[in-house]
Amino acid sequence: MDFWQLAISGLANGSVYGLIALGFVLIYKATEAVNFAQGDFMMMGAFITIWLTNEQYLGFSFWLAIPLAILIMALLGYLLDVVVIRRMFGQPQIAVIILTIALGFIIRFAAGAIWSHEPQLLETPFAGREVHFGGLVLGFEEVAVIIVTLLLTMFLFLFFKKAKLGKAMQAASQNQLAAYYVGIPVKRIQSLVWALGGSVAAVAGILFASKGAVDPSTGLLGIKAFAAAVIGGFGSLPGALIGGLIIGLIEPFAAYGLPAGYSQVAPYALMLLVLIFRPAGLFSQMHEKKV
Amino acid sequence: MRFVFKRSYDDDIKLFKHRPQAFYYLALLILMLALPLLLDDFFLGEVTYVLIFAIAGMGLMLLTGHTGQVSLGHAAFLALGAYLNAIMLSKGIPFVITLPLAGILTGIIGMIIALPVLRLHGIYLAIATLAISVLADDIIVMAEPFTGGVTGLVAPPIDIFGLDIDRYGTPILFYFLVLFVTLFVLMIYRNIMRSPLGRAFVAMRDSEISAQALGVNITKTKATAFAISCAITGLAGALLGHFAGAFNNETFNIVLSIQLLLMIVIGGLGSIHGAFFGAMVVGFLPQFIAISRDFATDNFGFNSLSMPGIETGVFALILVLFILFEPMGIYGRWVKIRTYFELFPFYRKNMFKRQKSYLKTERMK
Repeated sequence: MDFWQLAISGLANGSVYGLIALGFVLIYKATEAVNFAQGDFMMMGAFITIWLTNEQYLGFSFWLAIPLAILIMALLGYLLDVVVIRRMFGQPQIAVIILTIALGFIIRFAAGAIWSHEPQLLETPFAGREVHFGGLVLGFEEVAVIIVTLLLTMFLFLFFKKAKLGKAMQAASQNQLAAYYVGIPVKRIQSLVWALGGSVAAVAGILFASKGAVDPSTGLLGIKAFAAAVIGGFGSLPGALIGGLIIGLIEPFAAYGLPAGYSQVAPYALMLLVLIFRPAGLFSQMHEKKV
Repeated sequence: MRFVFKRSYDDDIKLFKHRPQAFYYLALLILMLALPLLLDDFFLGEVTYVLIFAIAGMGLMLLTGHTGQVSLGHAAFLALGAYLNAIMLSKGIPFVITLPLAGILTGIIGMIIALPVLRLHGIYLAIATLAISVLADDIIVMAEPFTGGVTGLVAPPIDIFGLDIDRYGTPILFYFLVLFVTLFVLMIYRNIMRSPLGRAFVAMRDSEISAQALGVNITKTKATAFAISCAITGLAGALLGHFAGAFNNETFNIVLSIQLLLMIVIGGLGSIHGAFFGAMVVGFLPQFIAISRDFATDNFGFNSLSMPGIETGVFALILVLFILFEPMGIYGRWVKIRTYFELFPFYRKNMFKRQKSYLKTERMK
């Protein structure tokens, strides 16, 4: 039983990593930029939800707060692209990376200044409720996290595969100039992708905050999500989720079976191994580069 | 407007472009040598700190600015240098040996780490080095018998041929030690950039494919760049260890790694000057914030003391502004201003405009 208990809580943690990784992959897939601030986006989403819901602040109903928070984060993502990221159009990729790292620092500082550095919990209506499943006692949050993550990944996967907008997003990333020629409004598409990235981050934040306390440095979780995205293969949405789940599963079992300290190292060690032996990730889209 | 007439091919790689330039740098050197006479111990300590960061910045600049390989993990090599130096010193080896040895060993270990990682491009390299930085933190804690774990190490006192050097006891001597190492690294760096190796670095940064076509061995050159970069960073780490006095895994955390990268970007990627300008920003910013904070509190009754992390916040904001409006950094801005006056009134706005390139995916080509 212990095994399953560990596995489920690992999967729940992994889902959150997977969701952040999903945000990376989404933005990477569609704009070829890597958003190093995605973890901080998630933290921001969590704090906005806490701000809307908790008695201490506005005290809205939980079910009203969720769509509101997602909307606010989408708006923030959109504005961020219009005001800041869009100016980087045509600049080397690395400049965008450095820019997003700096934005992450700013978001962390802003969150600390607005909501203080104390860890805070989201007040959910289902706090403390349990789910009994064949002798297992599971937290309601953990089950909810896993289900929501699976649904969201499936939705995004189909979105990129079937929807016209999703295909336009892929085209805009694969060749900007060619996308222009066939009439895709590349700039607006990119803003929409950032909005989508923001709302995915908000969902991740809500799920994370319902499971445990949030403070401004929670955004550093993004680094773990990087490991997830790399293991899954940057550019593959299901890959990101599976990478997240793998990392989520490794952690509790490494903590259980190995001496202290190793469990923190395990995800990154795995990521380095993947990078060295299969640089394109487990579910790669990489093709040979030609001159 | 100054015309530099080149009479031989060697003129292209002269240490100084023209006489006045040599004169300016000589004047700067004399100023730096005379600095202990001009400043009190506190500000001398600040300058020392800036110089140490400039050394670390030069290490990263060689890799990122001149070879085009982004590393988010250089705090790990700072840590390696600091720990190697402190451990060897505590074994009774004299400082004149441990300092260079710490640099060389860091370089060798850096190269060993780099070999598998260097096959990666762009973001993958950035993420792999980020992982190295995170791993270093945990490895320091796990290797407690050597590193003292969370309690950390105290850097043993420096003793060079009977001369006691201590950050607090003899700040002037420590300053000269750091200045000497800075000049030493600077000379090596400058000379590398004048040599075929340096040209290969720059060629590789601008286009890996063309460099390869011209006969540059990509893997070997990248590994060399990583080794030299790590060695310089290791030296800076050893000095930083002495400057901090005591250090543990927290001293060299991931934020420091990122800060190093941000520092050289603010300074100006692709120029040695940039490392120094960036170090100045990082070194003096906390003072500047403290002063303006006091100013705000005194004059507007505005209490900003309750804002932890304001330094990184302001630092990041400056960086964002630089990337948006002056991607070439402080040094780039200086070059533009200088050109404006040199060409007056013929300076054109688009003179330094970079060519934009349309993005294509890295995944399908």
